Amino acid sequence: MDALYRENILDHYRYPRNKGHLDHPDIVYHDHNPFCGDEITLELKIRDGRVVEAAFDGRGCAISQASASMMTEEIIGKTLEELRGWTKEDILDLLGIEIGPVRLKCALLPLKALKAGVWGIEEWPHEE
Amino acid sequence: MKSLEQIRADFPILQRQVHGRPLVYLDNAATSQKPLPVLQAMETYYRQTNANVHRGVHTLSEEATAQYEAARSRIARFINAASAKEIIFTRNTTEAINLVAYSWGLDHLRPGDEVLITQMEHHSNIVPWQLICQRTGATLRYVPLSPEGRLRLDLLDTLLTERTKLFAFVAMSNVLGTINPVAELVAAAHRVGALALVDGAQSVPHMPVDVQALGADFLAFSSHKMCGPTGLGVLYGRRELLERMSPFQGGGDMIREVRLEGSRWNALPWKFEAGTPAIAEAIGLGAAVDYLAGLGMENVREHERTLVRYAVDRLSQVEGLRILGPTNGERGGVVAFTLEGIHPHDVAAILDAEGIAVRAGHHCAQPIHDFYGIVASARASFYFYNTPGEVDCLAAALERVQHVFAA
Repeated sequence: MDALYRENILDHYRYPRNKGHLDHPDIVYHDHNPFCGDEITLELKIRDGRVVEAAFDGRGCAISQASASMMTEEIIGKTLEELRGWTKEDILDLLGIEIGPVRLKCALLPLKALKAGVWGIEEWPHEE
Repeated sequence: MKSLEQIRADFPILQRQVHGRPLVYLDNAATSQKPLPVLQAMETYYRQTNANVHRGVHTLSEEATAQYEAARSRIARFINAASAKEIIFTRNTTEAINLVAYSWGLDHLRPGDEVLITQMEHHSNIVPWQLICQRTGATLRYVPLSPEGRLRLDLLDTLLTERTKLFAFVAMSNVLGTINPVAELVAAAHRVGALALVDGAQSVPHMPVDVQALGADFLAFSSHKMCGPTGLGVLYGRRELLERMSPFQGGGDMIREVRLEGSRWNALPWKFEAGTPAIAEAIGLGAAVDYLAGLGMENVREHERTLVRYAVDRLSQVEGLRILGPTNGERGGVVAFTLEGIHPHDVAAILDAEGIAVRAGHHCAQPIHDFYGIVASARASFYFYNTPGEVDCLAAALERVQHVFAA
């Protein structure tokens, strides 16, 4: 029907992984996308510069919520140093779909929360 | 009256395909499509006449001025204004409301005064008043909504008092489809000595509007929602009010004389039109109101009344679909809705893949969505060129959206 709504996206939307809250997270960051009203709170536990636990809570469109679910799965076990280099392309590879400029904001919301929450990076001149 | 088929043939864009499917354009509350006479009027102007208005004595400038001012007169007649001097061209409805907020509001509002608006306003009739009330110390109050999406008119007598200086309200909600009793609300404002500003962005394109019968002091509307081009709006204002108001923006064309010690203002309506105006756009809107008058605004309203009744019936049968706003009685051609468990952006994206254009989001009316405890909705909005077959397409596609998301 629509290239956006592949089965893997719908699966993560219906059955989100790592959805909920952590006990005593080291980092909590809330962000939202005023354009559609997508919301996400990202929580991380960091040990020795590595993400050991990740969770998210939020509501929004299938793209934003599937992106959050996939991203949390992917970042667990990775070092912050590795993650700092993540770009739009890493998220699009995870989602495995082509996304137009309007929905890109939905897809990138979790990565935005990660970058702002861990490094305080709020502007990405080349990403949007 | 032209047949629906003949009307659709006037709109070239309605013939196009989107994602390999015939376009079903249901985003008319955001902007309408444009018929050939409007496109041709603007093209002819640029090909044969283009010149600045109110300036040169050369032939082109005189012709451009005559066409620009003739458009103003046609628009005045379209809403039955007493004079073309009461028609001020702005960029859009938003700028028309801001003009009143700044020109009238800054001079007249004081601490202790109140401006009354409603909970169903578009952001363009909320934010200017928030800004002006902050600047002047006046208080902004709201007429609340009832659960079915109408104004709580039972509270009007307590909200409208001698402190109220202006009552600004929407004639038809761009989300709920609610049609407010404009003449009654204007009369209520006048009883306490307040002025009444009507946001007609969704009413002027869709139903007969007679400013003198309504008694409105100000009426704001946009060209692009009524078959005209973007970049142009209209503020109607009663002449004696406009005469007494300060200019909004300063610059060329709005002055009678400029000395280094000070300047004197041009007469109405030019006092409020600083700088080179949107000339081709005004001529385009002139062609649009001729086109609409040719169809007959009663006929436009009747077509949409039938269509929206059918849409409400048809969409109510879609499982998990909730319509915002009144589902009984009179309603404008706007149906905003939510589908249980599916975000409106996902709904709109899947509909787009089928060639169906609807809007998703808060439609510049966040307070309405807050009232219903939702962040967004999807919205189908109709115009006189939409067909019952398109409503069927929408309903069938929504059933497929349900199917895609069904676990």
